[in-house]
Amino acid sequence: MAIQKIDPLLVGKVPYHQILDVEGKLVGNMPGLSADRLLSLYRYMQLGRAFSSKIISLQRQGRATTFGSLEGQEATAVGLAAPLQPQDWLTTSYREIASLMVKGMPLSTLVYAFRGFTPEPYPGETHCLPIQIVIGTQMLHAVGLAMAAKISGDNAVAVGVCGDGATSEGDFNEALNFAGVFQAPVVLVVQNNGWAISVPRQKQSAAQSLAARGPGFGVPSVQVDGNDILAVYDVMQQAVERARSGQGPTLVEALTYRIGAHTTADDPTRYRNPTEVEAWRVKDPLVRFKRFLMSRDLLDEAEDQQLIQVIEEEINEAVRVAEAMPPIAPDSFFDYTSASLSPRLQEQRADLLRYVKPLSP
Amino acid sequence: MQMTMIEALNHALSLELERDKRVVVFGQDIGVNGGVFRVTEHLQEKFGEQRVFDTPLSESAIIGSAVGMSVYGLRPIAEIQFAGFLLVCMNQLVSQAARMRFRSAGAFTCPMVVRAPYGGGVRTPEMHSDSLEGIFMQTPGLKVVIPSNPYDAKGLLASAVADPDPVLFLENIKLYRSFRAETPEEYYSIPLGKAKIVQEGTDVSLFAYGAMVPVAVEAAKQLQKEQGTGVEIIDLRTVWPLDEEAIVASVEKTGRAIVVHEAARAGGVGAEITAIINERCLYSLVKPVGRVTGYDTPYPVPGQEDYYLPTVPKVLSALQHIMEPD
Repeated sequence: MAIQKIDPLLVGKVPYHQILDVEGKLVGNMPGLSADRLLSLYRYMQLGRAFSSKIISLQRQGRATTFGSLEGQEATAVGLAAPLQPQDWLTTSYREIASLMVKGMPLSTLVYAFRGFTPEPYPGETHCLPIQIVIGTQMLHAVGLAMAAKISGDNAVAVGVCGDGATSEGDFNEALNFAGVFQAPVVLVVQNNGWAISVPRQKQSAAQSLAARGPGFGVPSVQVDGNDILAVYDVMQQAVERARSGQGPTLVEALTYRIGAHTTADDPTRYRNPTEVEAWRVKDPLVRFKRFLMSRDLLDEAEDQQLIQVIEEEINEAVRVAEAMPPIAPDSFFDYTSASLSPRLQEQRADLLRYVKPLSP
Repeated sequence: MQMTMIEALNHALSLELERDKRVVVFGQDIGVNGGVFRVTEHLQEKFGEQRVFDTPLSESAIIGSAVGMSVYGLRPIAEIQFAGFLLVCMNQLVSQAARMRFRSAGAFTCPMVVRAPYGGGVRTPEMHSDSLEGIFMQTPGLKVVIPSNPYDAKGLLASAVADPDPVLFLENIKLYRSFRAETPEEYYSIPLGKAKIVQEGTDVSLFAYGAMVPVAVEAAKQLQKEQGTGVEIIDLRTVWPLDEEAIVASVEKTGRAIVVHEAARAGGVGAEITAIINERCLYSLVKPVGRVTGYDTPYPVPGQEDYYLPTVPKVLSALQHIMEPD
């Protein structure tokens, strides 16, 4: 597969990329990945799914705040971050927790955040901006980070990720335009999971593909099977290399599916036919990759079970650590409003402390 | 009929769609899903996809297209899923909807309603709890309505739809389902720009709106029990334009005033009320005006939000302070 400029007249006819079919059989060219690397991708995918289930279960028990399920999107989330180097930047929505893990975000930090606290210190060394709640906004931040890397003459690239709904926002389209005009070393990824809460993809845009947005902005674009980890990795690896070598931005649309609810506050049975979900379960990215690994003798059933168990323990340990951490101080939000605390804010902080005792450090 | 605020708003929207063919209701997830809080539940079934419809995920397009629809002659009622996302469509709301009459010397107008849930205390993700009414007080041409109970919500929404200019209708998330109140099933309206005296008192005026009204009522009850103080509670209902006459009349009676709101303190409703009192009845005051508000910081994470919000103890303390003898 080669990323190429697409004639804007061929809207909807962007290249589609797949390496593993639904059965886990190789139908494309295998990217150059060692056995360890392949297993590491699989491990992160399992970690993402198990983490998602765990936080949802904690939320049900009142031990976590609102959480958006990752189930079904592990291949995209892991594959988009896997080609990144430590100096590279990543800006995500709330649906890419597994991407953050690949980029080095500690599990306990994530659990602590989903308890409803701000992790202190925030692990800025991961070069992941905090999870973005305002839809599509982070795409411009990725472009800006990439522009800065280019201006600074650094070897860093940036990846921005959003969902299909976000492509309707002005920010998304403006990000593509800036990326193209400034030839920013950025990869803009759309995780098209079929649904923006209750609004299906076909009601989000009349275009046949979201990737087709790229050509209009002069940005090469590609569609990839988002449930195929090898394809996502391969496309991202090429797009990242294009960016790093000065060939400019790429738009990647990963076709995947949100198996779960939008968040723990959502009930998809109100608006979605369960048969559609079942049809996508067949394309489960984990099952597909597991079959492939087994066919290559890189994994057997016993090893898989062991891996799942180790991951469960790892997550339980992260929950133990995060729940043992004290809540952040009631008044710490004053510390992060500005670089220095104005007399007025000092006064307001003192007012708050009349009502709560500050926790000992 | 006993209704929650959600049910009262749903009733109001249904009546508007029934009464006036020009009314259209749209926003994200408001159709099939009935809105993320179910305010628009069953409306699409009842009135069809032509008049009640889901939009792509674009706040700016929702408000910008409402500008066009209202100029054309429709009566759009647009939903922004959470008030925090109003910031995404500031241009369309503030520079466009609110200025169309001004720009066209009255030739074109935007009689539209923008509904948005707002307010804290329910452990939402970032940007889902912000109280931004202060920003919109500085938007000439836009009215800002914030009901505190189901009855008012229904009547005020009717007036908002009937209003010849754009109205931002902010619905407090915590109040959506926190209690039921007797609410007529038939159409009625409550005028915009008119505050309501929740309880009369002669010692101190307590101004509140939205979810701070029940907080004010509870604090006043405790103070009454403690020291027999008569607190007059005024529910502003419309925060822009403010009901100046009601504010002045109450302060002239009591000589003391406290404003409570969950929005940040600087340049907000409390600041404006204080200025109105200074301009119109400063000499009636026996004590400086007090404010119990959110702090001048971003709205904090769920684990800290209870510290940010005005609470009964905070309001009670302010009341005790203002009632101290000199």
